[in-house]
Amino acid sequence: MSATTPALGHALDISTTRPTPFSRLVRVELRKSYDTRASFWLLMVIGLIVLATEVIVLIVTTVNDESIQFGDFIGAAAFMTSFLLPVLGIMLVTSEWGQRTAMVTFALEPRRPRVIAAKAVVGVLLTLATVVVAIVLGLVCNLVYGAIQGDADWTFGWAGFFAFIVNQTFAMLGGFALAALLLNTAGAIVVFFIYKWVLPILIGIGAALMAWFDKLAPWIDFLSAQNELYDWPLTGDQWAHLVVSGFIWLVIPIVIGVWRILRAEVK
Amino acid sequence: MITVEGLTRKYGTFTAVDDVSFVCQPGRVTGFLGPNGAGKTTTMRIMVGLTAPTAGRVTIGGHLYQDIPNPGRHVGVLLDASAQHAGRTGREILELGARTMGLDGSRVDEMLELVSLTPGEAKRRLRNYSLGMKQRLGIAHALLGDPSVLILDEPANGLDPAGIRWMRGLLKGYAERGGTVLLSSHLLNEVELIADEMILIGHGKIVAQGDKKSLLAGAKGSGTTFVTALDNQVLAEALQAKGFVVAGAGDGLRVETEPVEVGRTAAEKAIVLTDLRAADGGLEDLFLELTSDTQREGMA
Ligand SMILES: Nc1ncnc2c1ncn2[C@@H]1O[C@H](COP(=O)(O)OP(=O)(O)OP(=O)(O)O)[C@@H](O)[C@H]1O
Ligand SMILES: [Mg+2]
Repeated sequence: MSATTPALGHALDISTTRPTPFSRLVRVELRKSYDTRASFWLLMVIGLIVLATEVIVLIVTTVNDESIQFGDFIGAAAFMTSFLLPVLGIMLVTSEWGQRTAMVTFALEPRRPRVIAAKAVVGVLLTLATVVVAIVLGLVCNLVYGAIQGDADWTFGWAGFFAFIVNQTFAMLGGFALAALLLNTAGAIVVFFIYKWVLPILIGIGAALMAWFDKLAPWIDFLSAQNELYDWPLTGDQWAHLVVSGFIWLVIPIVIGVWRILRAEVK
Repeated sequence: MITVEGLTRKYGTFTAVDDVSFVCQPGRVTGFLGPNGAGKTTTMRIMVGLTAPTAGRVTIGGHLYQDIPNPGRHVGVLLDASAQHAGRTGREILELGARTMGLDGSRVDEMLELVSLTPGEAKRRLRNYSLGMKQRLGIAHALLGDPSVLILDEPANGLDPAGIRWMRGLLKGYAERGGTVLLSSHLLNEVELIADEMILIGHGKIVAQGDKKSLLAGAKGSGTTFVTALDNQVLAEALQAKGFVVAGAGDGLRVETEPVEVGRTAAEKAIVLTDLRAADGGLEDLFLELTSDTQREGMA
């Protein structure tokens, strides 16, 4: 065999092809998150609800001549977005399955966990964008409040800010994890709201009725564990609760979901 | 080159693909032919890693699909033209593909032009596409990364006659430049015109493979010839003298042998022929015969 033998064309020369960089996957997934009417309007609605909430808070407080802090505007917005960010997390995953685009996506990137990771990164980026919007609008509202009332309170605890970001990100990831597990929009939304609204009640009842369950509850109640973050710093116990309950509600569904997506026949 | 080795896929107790092996050579169009439910799509899905095989493997140019970096640059895939988001425009769908593969935006326009989708049509959402337009878009998507291997599941599906002719030219040219093309169909006539090589599959098993000539040669009852001579009578007698079964058919004769035997006989007797061809439908009969459950009865 001489070194100058021309390629026969039977083997595919992949030596000069670079693998798809992760950053490119993230950019493509980001684009997918707003390039259809449904996904675009979900993002718009999140922004508009943040705006509406903060403006309503502004109107109500000024009309009633109540005092308010900078952080309160953002807290109100955070309460509202905690409903919509999980839906965003869910849609990032399920739009791919409901519309069968997974066939194309996974044909172009057969290393499926990278695609799922890129989607999760997009979810976090959009959550952070929501946080920025909430803060900027809160700033404007507080300025307006100051202008009308003559004095604005700029108190905005760093613990609150940190807890706010973590809460929102976990809310989004909670939806994301359930969607990866169920691969179905409606199912994931229903289960998420059971998790968010029904489960705390059940945990409360269980804890009231059974002493042993009262001890167990903090370890499985992820929402309460997250709320402790507002009272920074956390105790060792609180950290442990957060980690264990977060493992149950985020890590386990994502791991099972990814395992399922890896094995799934993409149809 | 695509190499399929002992590929099997079971769904429960049902075997959709049963120990299938074949090779698709570069520079040739390979037709993958079989009736509905034969296992063509399943085989192709395994090729690109969307379905896991129960046994066996497929390599493309010596690599497993999963091991090819940025596979869109090497292997063009069209499995289901409607497996795209109905709410995206045709252009956006190609744009996403181009970005994933790291291609220039200009590539999108080139491909749209290649498959004759107008700028106006490219702006429509996929849910408003006709079947043929979806198919053209799917072909454009498969060709985006300028791959050297093409895997197309029923690419002619929904194309108009002009579109089918265009695609035939496209794929032939592609193979002539050294590309490997595998395309499936359940329509024999379609494949017969494009494919250099044919793989026939029925009930998950390969029942025959080879080029058209060798397939016909191996077929049961193959070698029926239609012939017309200036003097049919003389030719019929000469053929019967050699022991061939001859019957009248239209203006000419129907002879139960290969065209070459008829031609030889005519040459020996210096008979002028005006028409000589293998009986039409030879391949179709073969196809039905090979893929039918009730082989003999079905062919009566
Ligand atoms: N997930 C599945 N579960 C059970 N059976 C399946 C599954 N996927 C495919 N099959 C079966 O495998 C067989 C082969 O299907 P396949 O789609 O490969 O056929 P095909 O040759 O592409 O047919 P067509 O020409 O109609 O497209 C069919 O009987 C089909 O029902
Ligand atoms: Mg099929």
